[in-house]
Amino acid sequence: MTSYILRRFVNYAILTALATVFVYIAASTFFYPRRRYLGRNPPIPEDSIDSILTGYGINDKDPVLLRTWWWIERIVTNPLPDKLGHDLGNNAVIAEIFSRAGVSLRLLLVGAIIAAFLGVFFGVWGAVRQYKASDQIVSYTSFILISTPTFVGGVILQILATNFNNATGHQLIRFTGAYTPGITGFWPQLMDKGVHLLLPTIALALFGAAGYSRYQRAVMLDVLGSDFIRTARAKGATRTHALVKHGVRVALIPMSTYFAYNFGTLVSGSAFLEIIFSWAGMGQYGIMAVQQSDVNALAGTVCFTAILLLISSTLSEVLYAALDPRVRV
Amino acid sequence: MPEPLLEVKDLTVSFPNASGDVRAVRGVDYSVAEGEFLGIVGESGSGKSVSSLAVMGLLPSSARITGDITFRGQSLLGMGDKQLSRLRGREMAMIFQDPLSALTPVYTVGQQIEEALTLHNRGISGDLAHKRAVELLKIVGIPAAERRVKAFPHEFSGGMRQRAMIAIAMANDPSLIIADEPTTALDVTIQAQILEVLQKAKEVTGASVVLITHDLGVVAGNVDRVAVMYAGKLVETGPVDEIFSAPRMPYTMGLLRSVPNMLTAGSSRLVPLEGRPPNLAKLPQGCPFAARCPAAQDRCREAEPELLVTDGTGRQVACHRADEIAAGTLRAVDIFPRPPFHEREVLEDRVTEPVVSAKGLVKHFPLYKGAVFRRAVGTVKAVDGVDFEVLPGQTLGLVGESGSGKSTTSLELMELTAPQAGSLHVAGHDVSKLSKADRLAMRKDVQIVFQDPMAAVDPRLPVGDIVAEPLTVHKVPRAERQRKVAEMLELVGLDPEMADRYPHEFSGGQRQRIGIARALITEPKVLVLDEPVSALDVSVQAGVVNLLEDLRDKLGLSYLFVAHDLAIVREIADTIAVMYLGRIVEYGPVAEVYASPRHPYTRALMSAVPVPDPEVERTRRRIILAGDQPSPAEDIAGCNFASRCPLISLLPEGKQQRCRGEDPVPVLHGGSRVACHHVDSISRLDTVDAASQSSVTSA
Amino acid sequence: MSMTPTPPTDQAVDLPTDLEPTASLAEEAGVGAGSAAQKAYRPVSRGRLVWRRLRRKPNFWIGAVILALIILFALFGDLLNIYELGEQDPYSFNAKPSGQHFFGTDAIGVDLYASMTEALRKSLLIGFLAAPLATVLAAFIGSLAGYLGGFVETATNWVINLLLVLPVFYVLMIISPLLSSMSWVILVVAIGLFGWMIMAQIVKNQTKSLKEREYVKAARYMGVGTLTILRRHIIPNVASLLIIDATLGVASAILAETSLSYFGLGIQAPDVSLGTLLQDGTSAAVSRPWLFLIPAGFLVTLLTAVALIGDGLRDAIDPTSEVNRA
Repeated sequence: MTSYILRRFVNYAILTALATVFVYIAASTFFYPRRRYLGRNPPIPEDSIDSILTGYGINDKDPVLLRTWWWIERIVTNPLPDKLGHDLGNNAVIAEIFSRAGVSLRLLLVGAIIAAFLGVFFGVWGAVRQYKASDQIVSYTSFILISTPTFVGGVILQILATNFNNATGHQLIRFTGAYTPGITGFWPQLMDKGVHLLLPTIALALFGAAGYSRYQRAVMLDVLGSDFIRTARAKGATRTHALVKHGVRVALIPMSTYFAYNFGTLVSGSAFLEIIFSWAGMGQYGIMAVQQSDVNALAGTVCFTAILLLISSTLSEVLYAALDPRVRV
Repeated sequence: MPEPLLEVKDLTVSFPNASGDVRAVRGVDYSVAEGEFLGIVGESGSGKSVSSLAVMGLLPSSARITGDITFRGQSLLGMGDKQLSRLRGREMAMIFQDPLSALTPVYTVGQQIEEALTLHNRGISGDLAHKRAVELLKIVGIPAAERRVKAFPHEFSGGMRQRAMIAIAMANDPSLIIADEPTTALDVTIQAQILEVLQKAKEVTGASVVLITHDLGVVAGNVDRVAVMYAGKLVETGPVDEIFSAPRMPYTMGLLRSVPNMLTAGSSRLVPLEGRPPNLAKLPQGCPFAARCPAAQDRCREAEPELLVTDGTGRQVACHRADEIAAGTLRAVDIFPRPPFHEREVLEDRVTEPVVSAKGLVKHFPLYKGAVFRRAVGTVKAVDGVDFEVLPGQTLGLVGESGSGKSTTSLELMELTAPQAGSLHVAGHDVSKLSKADRLAMRKDVQIVFQDPMAAVDPRLPVGDIVAEPLTVHKVPRAERQRKVAEMLELVGLDPEMADRYPHEFSGGQRQRIGIARALITEPKVLVLDEPVSALDVSVQAGVVNLLEDLRDKLGLSYLFVAHDLAIVREIADTIAVMYLGRIVEYGPVAEVYASPRHPYTRALMSAVPVPDPEVERTRRRIILAGDQPSPAEDIAGCNFASRCPLISLLPEGKQQRCRGEDPVPVLHGGSRVACHHVDSISRLDTVDAASQSSVTSA
Repeated sequence: MSMTPTPPTDQAVDLPTDLEPTASLAEEAGVGAGSAAQKAYRPVSRGRLVWRRLRRKPNFWIGAVILALIILFALFGDLLNIYELGEQDPYSFNAKPSGQHFFGTDAIGVDLYASMTEALRKSLLIGFLAAPLATVLAAFIGSLAGYLGGFVETATNWVINLLLVLPVFYVLMIISPLLSSMSWVILVVAIGLFGWMIMAQIVKNQTKSLKEREYVKAARYMGVGTLTILRRHIIPNVASLLIIDATLGVASAILAETSLSYFGLGIQAPDVSLGTLLQDGTSAAVSRPWLFLIPAGFLVTLLTAVALIGDGLRDAIDPTSEVNRA
């Protein structure tokens, strides 16, 4: 089993590396960072621009593949802080990632975990109560939530929270940024971060849960018709017992793959939320990088995202193998 | 009369449906006495499974059930899920058809047996439950039960899974076991094992058993009493001997006469039972069988006959003409007359050149693992050096269990490309030397008919296009194609007017005829028939087999007939080749091989085939093979049948050594080629008591 | 189209398949009619059957009616309006929705109603062009890879897995300079090019099982060519899967366009789309909520309608999704 997961890991790792390189090449081809230095008053001499760009390793006078090669070379040979080069603000990309990753992961992990639990619960519930009123309500709710992109859901929550604050007359729900600067002390800080986490987490969790629940419902419906549920009942298990012990257990197997798959969707969803809620996270970094044609920053972000996906895919393989004895060979 | 264990009264089950309720069970009465073995027989859709699921309370919630089911005096239909759950598994147990999907894939076999125990006995310790699970696995004959108890269902073979299902059913010593087609998905040698285990379970628990099956042969050898179902109703019940010897309902008669019997096949023709069962959502007025019944009268089409007791023996028949039948004035041979049989002149002289000739044919598949980095981890020797010939106008029957390589062999012929090893000649040409154009031209000469009538024709194309498809390859003009399609449909007994209809409008038997018409349209020399009737209901099989025989004789076709059903092969084939693990172990004229099988595997295979005659079944000696067929990926030194051979243990040590060390080559004995070192000792199998060959070890 | 959850494909779940009318379909169609009635009785064809089932799906109807209304609004809504697209009303800045400006105006007096009809047209057009493009790609690549197997399949697997690992949204963002310099048609192509992978995988797996179907084998043994087999036997038998995919793909494509435009990377001014309207509305969301809530409402309603239609289609085409279970 370990060797199976190891093989899958290597497989994903190769894909991840290829994908990251591909993105670097694409970004280097389509971005034109020189524009940033052109048309200034006073004009910057071309030599200076060239030396700045070359310093970042993004001079468009060098062939794209050569730049890509240098980028890979830097990753392999440079010490850790310099591995991913510097962004256009001349900050080391690695340092930026370290300072931003925590903010992003907080939102992403909490949101993803809540989404998974809610999704599985409502999916199973809807399937067992297929076509009853409760299933219909869950279904329509999830259709609407799936159709609400996080950047729309986030803004709607902001409007609601503002109205709530106005109604109560207090700034109870603070949602701009990841925390309020200037608060000191461990507990107040934790409290403050928790409050800031509230709205984006709700937005992300509801969006994620809606997708999970539709899929879990479909899988569970498939399982409900299985012969082994009938066997369990023929042994003397009540319907509920058979559904929970045999049905849900088997219906979780395909979900483990779906978690990994959907994690990518949540990553982009949370990137939007970071913008909406002005969080200084990786998503914001990435979108800013695109808007500013910042090749190194974008490549760093993609690298970070790809590694997250790599970890989540591997974890889902572990989960899959743990859930399904048929793959433990 | 003592109170019956189970009593079903006027049971009806219907499923609501937009185009009318499907009335799956329409007023069924039967009872099961303590310790009785009842067989319920019927074709697909007769309602036999639905009625037993109703007894267990396991029908989907949409089913509407009326009537009364009493078990030991308590009425089951009024009970809630909780109450029923206390009875299920403890008092009444059920065994299902497909043992792979019937076991939960994520729990070990042991856990699933233990669950059956703990559900009804909360106090039982885990240790005790585990011990009992091991003990149950031993009773049902799982070798190394202590180890196997920890295995998952996917690590078991089909036969072992079904044994585990029986162990679960036996766990709480129930008083009623319902077995729903328990052997249908299994090979005939495994079927024999499972039926034996089922008998053993009955003995150990003392339970009554209800065996639901479509196979009259299985019923004949096992049950005390038979109930025949048709279109949601019981049409005849009675003791097994009387039902088989003197059926009184025309449906039972037709069914019995359409079933091929391995012991008598080949000397007479099968009696077809035309038509198909009625649509349960739109039942016609009167007797549901009237449309297919040659003896139907006007009153049969007006009122449905009740199931009535006809005489003192407890027999019940639902037929308006039951009295005439009982009195002997209306006889089965008159209702379903046997078509005339013409002795075929088998060409004795082998001067005629064979149409197909294979020598040392090999087909190995590499076994891959991994999705992205695929790597070969072994070789499946699907076909491992076989020799055979198909003579003009004759039929070669290729038989074997699943995994024996018989289908692969036939598909190798269809490829018309150079085999991996050995040689293949078709119509005198070496296929490895064919040019691309020659090969395409030769495809006209070799056509195939597949097993599954649902899958053999494209559901999206009208029948005319399906039948004409082979001609499109050979650039036949449209008008000519249409003319040929009409001709072919006529030939296989379909109305040429139907050419513009789609396959879903046809029954299974009709679709199989469409498949045959498609194969014949290029006027082939050889037809490969890959299990052409095994997916059809018994009553339909006979018509298709007769058609194939007629076509062969009329058009001078040669058949390579692949089948697992030994009775049908005896019916249609001139020569038989018995395959085991990619090899032909016995090859010879049908008459000779069936009369005196010389390979122990052939013997075991033949003895495992149930015969639809209770009297014969009671006296037949049965050789039950131990265990399962090894994987074709395994490397076996010596004879690959040695691990299951019933003969080997009867041989002296020195002779056994030879089997384990030396791979037997086929040698001519009489008219047959047999791949066994000890053909001379085969008669030893006749002298042993069948019971000593039992695969079931006592607990 | 990274936005809408679509199930992964390589594992044990059976997706709605389209191989045979199953027992319940057959039953409904009345297959198995008594031979007496056989001549007169003609079972219904599969297309009619799917339609018959679809007719009974409230989800489908709710979705279809909403979608039809939105399309009608997008096409003819501006007939009711006196303001032209982009026209500024100097007398009403930041006007709330009223009889004058049905959907209100923004800070410079641009009529939102006029922008809305245009934005919907653009978004619908992109959705209805990009989704079929992705589906056609999926059908072609998936069936070819599944049928040929071997190297072609391995290569396709790698490409698909690679594209699935790529954060598609970033890739679309990276090529956005291309989008702004050329027309929105490039956006359609880009969304289509990154939206075929999952469906191709499903089609590929279906094809692999169809390839083992006896009628496909029979065709091969008759000598029928590969492309003919794909056209005659494979594609028609996955057609309903493709229809579902194309439907749900419309939602994904609209969502992808909206997200890109929202971040200023898709549709560029002076063009308007749902994404640009939402972006304009966000900063004013708290003070002038109509500027955000109206386009948001349209977007969510539109996507929900498409999802409901897709769900209804799936239920109608895949009978097992409806069977009443234990």
